[in-house]
Amino acid sequence: MTYAPHTDEDRQAMLAALGLSSVEELFRDIPEEVRLRRPLDIPPGESEAALRRRLGAMARRNASADRYVCFLGGGVYDHYIPAAIPPLLSRGEFLTAYTPYQPEVSQGTLQSILEFQTMICALTGMDVANASMYDGASAAAEAALMAVDMAGRDRLLAPRTVAPDVRETVRTYLSGRGYALDEVEVDPAAGRLDPERLADALTDRHAAVIVGYPNFFGVVEDLAALAAVAHERGALLIAACDPIALGIFESPGALGADIVVGDGQALGNPMNFGGPSFGFFAAREAFLRRMPGRIAGRTVDRDGTPGCVLTLQTREQHIRRARATSNICTNNALNALAATIYLSLLGPAGLREVAAACLQNAHYAAERLEAAGARLAYRAPFFKEFLLELPCPPEDVIRRGLERGILAGRSLRREYPELDRHLLVAVTEQRTREEIEALAGIVEEAIR
Amino acid sequence: MSERQAQETGARGLVGLPEPTIYDRSRPGRRGVRPPRPDVPERPVEELAAGAPLRREPPALPEVSENQVVRHYTRLSQLNYAVDTGFYPLGSCTMKYNPRINEEMASLPGFAQLHPAVPEEAAQGALQLMWELERYLAEIAGMARVSLQPAAGAQGELCGMLIIRKYHESRGERRRKVLVPDSAHGTNPATAAMIGFDVVEVASDARGGVDLADLSRHLDEDVAALMLTNPNTLGLFDENIVEVARRVHAVGGLLYYDGANANAIMGVSRPGDMGFDVVHFNLHKTFSTPHGMGGPGSGPVGVKEALVPFLPVPLVERRGGQFVLDYDRPQTIGRLRSAYGNFGVLVRAYTYIRALGAEGLRRVSEDAVLNANYLLHLLRDTFDVPFDRLCMHEFVVSATPVKQRTGVRALDIAKRLLDHGYHSPTVYFPLIVDEALMIEPTETETKETLEDYAQALKAIVAEAEENPEALRQAPTRTPVRRLDEAGAARRPVVRLDRG
Repeated sequence: MTYAPHTDEDRQAMLAALGLSSVEELFRDIPEEVRLRRPLDIPPGESEAALRRRLGAMARRNASADRYVCFLGGGVYDHYIPAAIPPLLSRGEFLTAYTPYQPEVSQGTLQSILEFQTMICALTGMDVANASMYDGASAAAEAALMAVDMAGRDRLLAPRTVAPDVRETVRTYLSGRGYALDEVEVDPAAGRLDPERLADALTDRHAAVIVGYPNFFGVVEDLAALAAVAHERGALLIAACDPIALGIFESPGALGADIVVGDGQALGNPMNFGGPSFGFFAAREAFLRRMPGRIAGRTVDRDGTPGCVLTLQTREQHIRRARATSNICTNNALNALAATIYLSLLGPAGLREVAAACLQNAHYAAERLEAAGARLAYRAPFFKEFLLELPCPPEDVIRRGLERGILAGRSLRREYPELDRHLLVAVTEQRTREEIEALAGIVEEAIR
Repeated sequence: MSERQAQETGARGLVGLPEPTIYDRSRPGRRGVRPPRPDVPERPVEELAAGAPLRREPPALPEVSENQVVRHYTRLSQLNYAVDTGFYPLGSCTMKYNPRINEEMASLPGFAQLHPAVPEEAAQGALQLMWELERYLAEIAGMARVSLQPAAGAQGELCGMLIIRKYHESRGERRRKVLVPDSAHGTNPATAAMIGFDVVEVASDARGGVDLADLSRHLDEDVAALMLTNPNTLGLFDENIVEVARRVHAVGGLLYYDGANANAIMGVSRPGDMGFDVVHFNLHKTFSTPHGMGGPGSGPVGVKEALVPFLPVPLVERRGGQFVLDYDRPQTIGRLRSAYGNFGVLVRAYTYIRALGAEGLRRVSEDAVLNANYLLHLLRDTFDVPFDRLCMHEFVVSATPVKQRTGVRALDIAKRLLDHGYHSPTVYFPLIVDEALMIEPTETETKETLEDYAQALKAIVAEAEENPEALRQAPTRTPVRRLDEAGAARRPVVRLDRG
């Protein structure tokens, strides 16, 4: 199987036209010493039927959310995906198109991006948004680079309540040019960044502060107070958001954030073992020409008909090369389209209902789990996930859960060694009371 | 029309009416999909969220029915050109057919609905797939290990160049220069600059390869790496690659392989054997995963043994029959994104590789190169061929003679192709060829398609001679005509009013 259409006769006719007698001759410019003179060590090709069996068997060895009740979170969530999304995304005109560099035959892509940018601005309370980034972590990293470039400062600050993947990614992106990410400890009782502590940690070398909203532990940070402190020191506030939370909590823009990023998986994309999802990136108007990534804009054609193009491309690598605002080229357009369709299907009322259902379910779960003998690690407002402190190792709960078809939560032992009796539990709108009771039962058993 | 006459029905597709925005369809109070309602005892939201700011204004999202949403996005899709609707010979982008079995496998619930934080023992199928895919890609590249984490080619470049920087630092060296040929993709210099390297351009020689004399002029102990695409963006294999590698290595520099053009070499020649130290692949090019209007992609990075310690974390290892995630890698560059990579894209690439096998992969490259050479042959008399050699999987011709005779530019030709029902080639790239048309047919196109495309280009050049003004007006049969890009950038309108 090669998906190639040629018959032997086709190949012979084409070679003859080229004056060649064998396919081998096509490669005569490749020096003999670098030619591979053996077959690749890769198994022989298989039929579709065989592939279905092979990959079907592999897929069944995973504890996926179709067969397990999922209380896992930390940036990726088991939200409901409306049935209309997958068939629209699988339309070949979306699925198999390239980046819209020929706008005359890409208006579907371009208009959907403009709609996407509009929706992201609406959610985040920002003026401008780009067409998407790879994921939330890399979007935060690009925001960090943009901030250091604009401010002419060489450090960033983030509390340890920002998701570990985000902090690690920011650090990697900053490391190339020798910039650093400083971390602020967080009050262990509150689980969120105290504005006074931020004021103590911020120096005039910090270009920006990154804050999770809600943070990695599900706690809703006091964004307005943190933004005020950052601005007082001439630093920007970058909010890394859960977009579902923005259905019910005040937009970061209204609270003073300067750049808003986040991961869009929750908006109509499957969990996919962590990818692909997409990152969103929104900012204040003044930053438009410093932003990374593609941006669609409205214009008119020669007849005056309205249409869209990729605009401000002189920021981008294919034009500006070494002076581009970022090296990003491919983004996650199809996943961003999923979000556009999701937000259209839900509308403001639907998104609020999803967010409210998460809030209700999570708080009910927290109450039941406390009744089962666990304890909430923080006394702070939380959205759809929370950190549970257990009198036993979290693995005891996780193992029991697996046996009963429940993904009970995640251990943070690797990312936060000090949190070795803790379980991060996420409760989306998909969870039922019965499932929550089952989780409480498992926690109770593990504790006993 | 080649050889056989098509039996047309005369159907011409639906009438192209303008599609309003989704916001234009919106009416206050209209609802689409209803989310699940909680069945737990509810408490007032204000009480649950006490201490956190609630939203005062609902976000300005459209209020539309499900039917409206489905119809709107279906109609938008119909405004797009795609591999599924026609020939898409966009140079350097490898717009090959995207097999549907790949989509089906990626959407298996065991993969699509898998959370990245499930315990390793509960994700053995996914980890096995990654472990095996890593080995296939390493074999194709001739590399020791591969990280599947980078989300796209440009992130692969970032990953690879950070590895190179860290490698030099581990040897106590702070090298500042990165050499990039003048024919390179824009991402190469952008990546090197993004992490603080000084970018130095190297000239191409008369055969389209790296100019060895110019290379040597720039080579010194300050060179961290040479970034190279081979075959290069002219579609030409650099015959001097062994010597290029020798000279770069002689000053302690490393070679970075931009795998954008790997569709030409699978099973034929391996970057590792050519002397490259770091390679990235674009799974959305070579390994048939769909481009999705610009993404998601996947840009795995392979390295030689000496660079393995610097790969991003985590890597998948097999220990005692179990697949595990290894984070304990003290010299790692860190991570470039969340989780493990664009896993859904990895499933598609894995499916593709298993469908083709070793023999099929080699056949892909053979047919890709055959198709490109055949199409070049058909166009040889129509355009200028700046580097007249056997090409690899793509080739670059110049419309300069057409422009000199008629004033018609490569851009006009590209736009008229749209009227003929084809996607245009990449134009004005690489930068070293004037009026460049960069054409990559891929292996999944028929001989007839190539012949029809060549006929269309010949007809367009003939039209240029007779009626150049008509070409400057092209396209005329597309949903919109040429758009005012300068105006769009001068007064950016990047969100709709209703937002």
